[in-house]
Amino acid sequence: MLQSRRTLSPTRHAMLSLGGAVTFFGIWYLAAYAQLAPPQFLPVPHEVLEKLVALMNTPFSGYTLQEHLLASLERFGMGFGLAVIIGIPLGLMMGWFRVLDEIISPLFNGLRFVPPIAWVPFAALWFGTGIGGPVLVIFTGAFPPCLINAYRGARYVDTNLIEAARTLGLSNTRIIAQVLFRAAMPSIVAGLRVSAGLAWMSLIGAELIVASSGIGYLLVKGQSALDASIVMAGMFAIGVVGVLIDIALRVFAKLLAAPSAA
Amino acid sequence: MGAGSYMATAKLDTPMPQAKPGKPLMRASRRLVVGVVTLVAVGFLWWFLTRFGYISPMRLPTPGETYDAFLQIAFEGYGNATLLTHVLHSTKLVLIGFGVAVLLGVPLGLAMGASTSVEAFINPAFLFLRPIPPLAWIPLSIVWLGLGDASKIMVIFIGAFVPSVINSYTGARSLSQPLVEAAAMLGIGRLRFVLEVLIPGALPMIFTGLRLSLQAAWTTLVAGELIGAAFGLGYVLNQAAQDINIAMIVVAMIAVAIMGALMTAVLGLLEHHFMPWSKRK
Repeated sequence: MLQSRRTLSPTRHAMLSLGGAVTFFGIWYLAAYAQLAPPQFLPVPHEVLEKLVALMNTPFSGYTLQEHLLASLERFGMGFGLAVIIGIPLGLMMGWFRVLDEIISPLFNGLRFVPPIAWVPFAALWFGTGIGGPVLVIFTGAFPPCLINAYRGARYVDTNLIEAARTLGLSNTRIIAQVLFRAAMPSIVAGLRVSAGLAWMSLIGAELIVASSGIGYLLVKGQSALDASIVMAGMFAIGVVGVLIDIALRVFAKLLAAPSAA
Repeated sequence: MGAGSYMATAKLDTPMPQAKPGKPLMRASRRLVVGVVTLVAVGFLWWFLTRFGYISPMRLPTPGETYDAFLQIAFEGYGNATLLTHVLHSTKLVLIGFGVAVLLGVPLGLAMGASTSVEAFINPAFLFLRPIPPLAWIPLSIVWLGLGDASKIMVIFIGAFVPSVINSYTGARSLSQPLVEAAAMLGIGRLRFVLEVLIPGALPMIFTGLRLSLQAAWTTLVAGELIGAAFGLGYVLNQAAQDINIAMIVVAMIAVAIMGALMTAVLGLLEHHFMPWSKRK
């Protein structure tokens, strides 16, 4: 039937995927060799790879690619870590204490519409352009999913669990730490992945505008040198690190889920 | 194809269940009162801390200075133009980039969801490009297209395209199989299948995608204008930062937030219009 979704045989699937990849890179090569743009603006894929290797071995704008990535990851870790440390407990407490929810929600909903990147000038003025400013920008990107998912997880907790905990005379602190936190874990972990993605993107944005090291800074330098191969190599590295961060969080989620499943 | 982060954000906007039963009206009005009191308290705190010098005027403007900055940009203009011109310019770019992304992204997503062959063919390119955050395209767009509007539209398009594709794809995948089989059994044609089964069935997810696309479009626009532009709210932010005009920075941030909220609200109205059965307000 034309409408129902057929399952392809593995060979056919592989053939089509291969065809898709070949078409993608084929168009790229064709566009480059047809001189649709000067080679400086449109390098061919293998030139980008060569540039990637070159950037790893020779410093560009002060540092090698790895050192730029390390500087970025340090900022990422601080901003993301701060968002997790503040966002998750606050979200859980908002789920438990109604007054806190009613106080914070209107403020939070107002601030939520300011994109993280719009905080850059403000952050630079308050915390400088080295570590503090970018970290604040990353924080504003990573914070909302942490808070919302912890809050949501806490609100969805099975009431039987809470009643049992109350019957056993648990204090508010222990209910939040031992009942809500554990029950909200799946929601929190889902939030962490969204949060890390937004944090990584906000970091790039912040580094594009203010920074003197980091992978975003490398892109800007490649842009001012009008060297598209440096920019593309940097974009590739950003994509790879982003995927690695996501994989790390997924492994972390699996490790967390394992004991409760047993 | 893992739906990944773009999907999960969609969940953040679904309505909350009431935690404890109670008188809904009482709860709602209590929420309102506490909310208003909080906002008034924060406003007072802002005024108090800045007016009496607890926070340096270099770091946070007083509410009065912020209002003056608003009047200045609204009537005299700041950074080449008045607020209205900046807003209209930003909105125009967002709508162009978003419109093109939706027109190409939604059909592509639906096709990938409806046909495994299309999915297998497109996926390699998609998997290769998707992990690159939209903002990372900004330097390349500047190398390619310069500092004008074209580079902004390109970046907005990239930002808005991915959520459109992913969510339409998920929507097409979520069609109930009996429905598809019933349509096939009744001998429906290809075009009618698309118009009467596929699109209506995928519509809730398509709208989720549109909402995420619009947010992404708005964020990438602000970033693009911050990095280099002659008009727009992001440019105002950048200009104010260069002038160390903190009151104007705050005004521009508020304007960005209001515009973002407005666009989301308009999309919500559209969603309600096209899907009157959806419960989302």
